[in-house]
Amino acid sequence: MSFVVFCEHQNGELKKGSRELLSFAATTGESITALLFGPGSSEVAKQASRYGASIAFAGDSAEFEKYNPVVFAASASAAIKESGAKFLLASSTMMAKDLFPRVAGQLDTGVASDCTDLVFEGGNLKAKKPLYAGKCKAEVEFSNSPVQMVLMRPNQLPVADAGDESAIDVKAIEVVATEIKQITKEIKQGASDKVDLTEANVIVSGGRGMKEADNFKMLDDLADVLGATVGASRAVADAGWVPHSMQVGQTGKTVAPSLYIACGISGAIQHLAGMSGSKVIVAINQDPDAPIFAKSSYGIVGDLFEVVPKLTEEFKAALN
Amino acid sequence: MRIFVCIKQVPDTETKIKLNSDNSGIDEAGIKWIMNPYDEYAVEEALQVKQKAGDAKITVVTVGPKKRCVDSLRTALAMGADDAVIVDTDAAMDPYLTAKALAEAIKKQDTPVDLVFTGKLAIDDNAGAVSQYLAEFLSIGHATVVSSFEYAEGKLTAERETEGGTREVYEIEGAAVIAANKGLNTPRYASLPGIMKAKKKPLAELSLDDLGIAADQIKTKFVNFELPAEKPPVQMLEGEVADQVKSLVTKLREEAKVL
Ligand SMILES: Cc1cc2nc3c(=O)[nH]c(=O)nc-3n(C[C@H](O)[C@H](O)[C@H](O)COP(=O)(O)OP(=O)(O)OC[C@H]3O[C@@H](n4cnc5c(N)ncnc54)[C@H](O)[C@@H]3O)c2cc1C
Repeated sequence: MSFVVFCEHQNGELKKGSRELLSFAATTGESITALLFGPGSSEVAKQASRYGASIAFAGDSAEFEKYNPVVFAASASAAIKESGAKFLLASSTMMAKDLFPRVAGQLDTGVASDCTDLVFEGGNLKAKKPLYAGKCKAEVEFSNSPVQMVLMRPNQLPVADAGDESAIDVKAIEVVATEIKQITKEIKQGASDKVDLTEANVIVSGGRGMKEADNFKMLDDLADVLGATVGASRAVADAGWVPHSMQVGQTGKTVAPSLYIACGISGAIQHLAGMSGSKVIVAINQDPDAPIFAKSSYGIVGDLFEVVPKLTEEFKAALN
Repeated sequence: MRIFVCIKQVPDTETKIKLNSDNSGIDEAGIKWIMNPYDEYAVEEALQVKQKAGDAKITVVTVGPKKRCVDSLRTALAMGADDAVIVDTDAAMDPYLTAKALAEAIKKQDTPVDLVFTGKLAIDDNAGAVSQYLAEFLSIGHATVVSSFEYAEGKLTAERETEGGTREVYEIEGAAVIAANKGLNTPRYASLPGIMKAKKKPLAELSLDDLGIAADQIKTKFVNFELPAEKPPVQMLEGEVADQVKSLVTKLREEAKVL
């Protein structure tokens, strides 16, 4: 009945989403195998032991330095088979969402991504997943699935306090050769060193009300004070004021931060689809009838060019 | 060259979602169906590859109830695809079964595959899994969330977008499944002559039985649908701007406890 938890890491640290899932797996009392790729994996595996993992498959080799779906999938499938696990948990990151459906194909099993709720009941994983752009949710029921694979959105589950490091049996992931001639030629680092929108705990988002690209500087200032990531509406991304990677919504990113501050965004249904899962929503808009207010926790009717700089100062004072 | 484009028909993004009486699914009455927005990028990219390659045939493939799906196939044909295949079924499908059906339908066609285009995900179940399952079932490479694509002489370069605007650049020799993201291209509108021509283009029908697929092999099902909980009403912050921002920060800190 054991679990495999896919553990992503950055700068030698386990990512929060992975720690959430290790913590969840530990509550089931089943044994936990960590699965890690990339340089330094064997070292980071020790951190997984602090959340209850007793075995790790670590892919330190050069082949695993850059993500390559066909190489990673074949190697991950072999490791999961060897582990004998019945359950696989991963954060719903760009890598996991690309990788595990292919792994599921190899293991002849089912996978559910972008889940928001998770329980372990009667020997099965029960996850809930938003459908129709968050307009409803449903429970995922597995059948004919030798390994139940659930990919959870980050920030949904509690992280247990880390215990002391304990013994963990670290095995090297073998590079499994494939016939498919696919290589990862290059990774072009994005301009932003901020936490990605999909993982961010606080998001400051701007819409057409920002008037022009340069004014996003104002949101950067607010975001810096809050440790937030800046997002945008589609109107703004389509106008070329910001890159498409910053777009929140049905055809952009789905986000679920603790705090989402919408500045000059009207609240079109396609925008709401991407952010209505936020815990607290603040809207700043000069139009008292803007639909965004109906979905917000707090609203300020006013000119954002006046409100946002004052808000930045107020947060600065409050957080110092 | 042999190109396939896999598309899905989904509820329009404006659709209000209601649940059926026993919460086993959504109430489909009155829903307006459209081609999944990401699939439009997939169709467009196939057309652009064909324009460059010259000698190429594009087949659009879909899986689902014919009465609902046929409109999107006609749209793709009107945009310029050559023919269409529908795997007509009312059975509940999941990404696994859908990909199995697509793979078998593609294998049934004349020549070997060079390229398969899909959308990066369908905006109804938001799974983003069919493309990768499909690549696995066809034993070919894949790249998802592709926002830049080039193809020349059996070799392709695809750029995939990941977190923070980072891009992974893949090179694939041989066939591959390419899952299109927004930004890959600007999908064309079907022209009037295109729409007229589409009516005469071949549309082949297959069943799951024809493909040797049993619907009870489904791996994931959605049960116990629920609508989102009502949010408490918005609190509007009154007064001068200075008062508004002060009370907002206080409330975020003391009431909402998110700071
Ligand atoms: C298939 C499809 C998919 C889509 N996907 C997405 C998506 O993923 N994400 C998305 O965001 N949209 C999406 N859209 C577009 C969506 O319908 C809206 O057009 C878009 O969200 C509007 O962006 P906006 O709120 O920035 O602009 P607007 O609707 O123009 O709103 C601007 C707001 O700014 C306010 N404002 C102006 N000046 C000020 C000021 N000085 N101070 C304060 N407030 C001010 C105005 O009152 C107004 O409410 C999609 C549409 C379609 C058809």
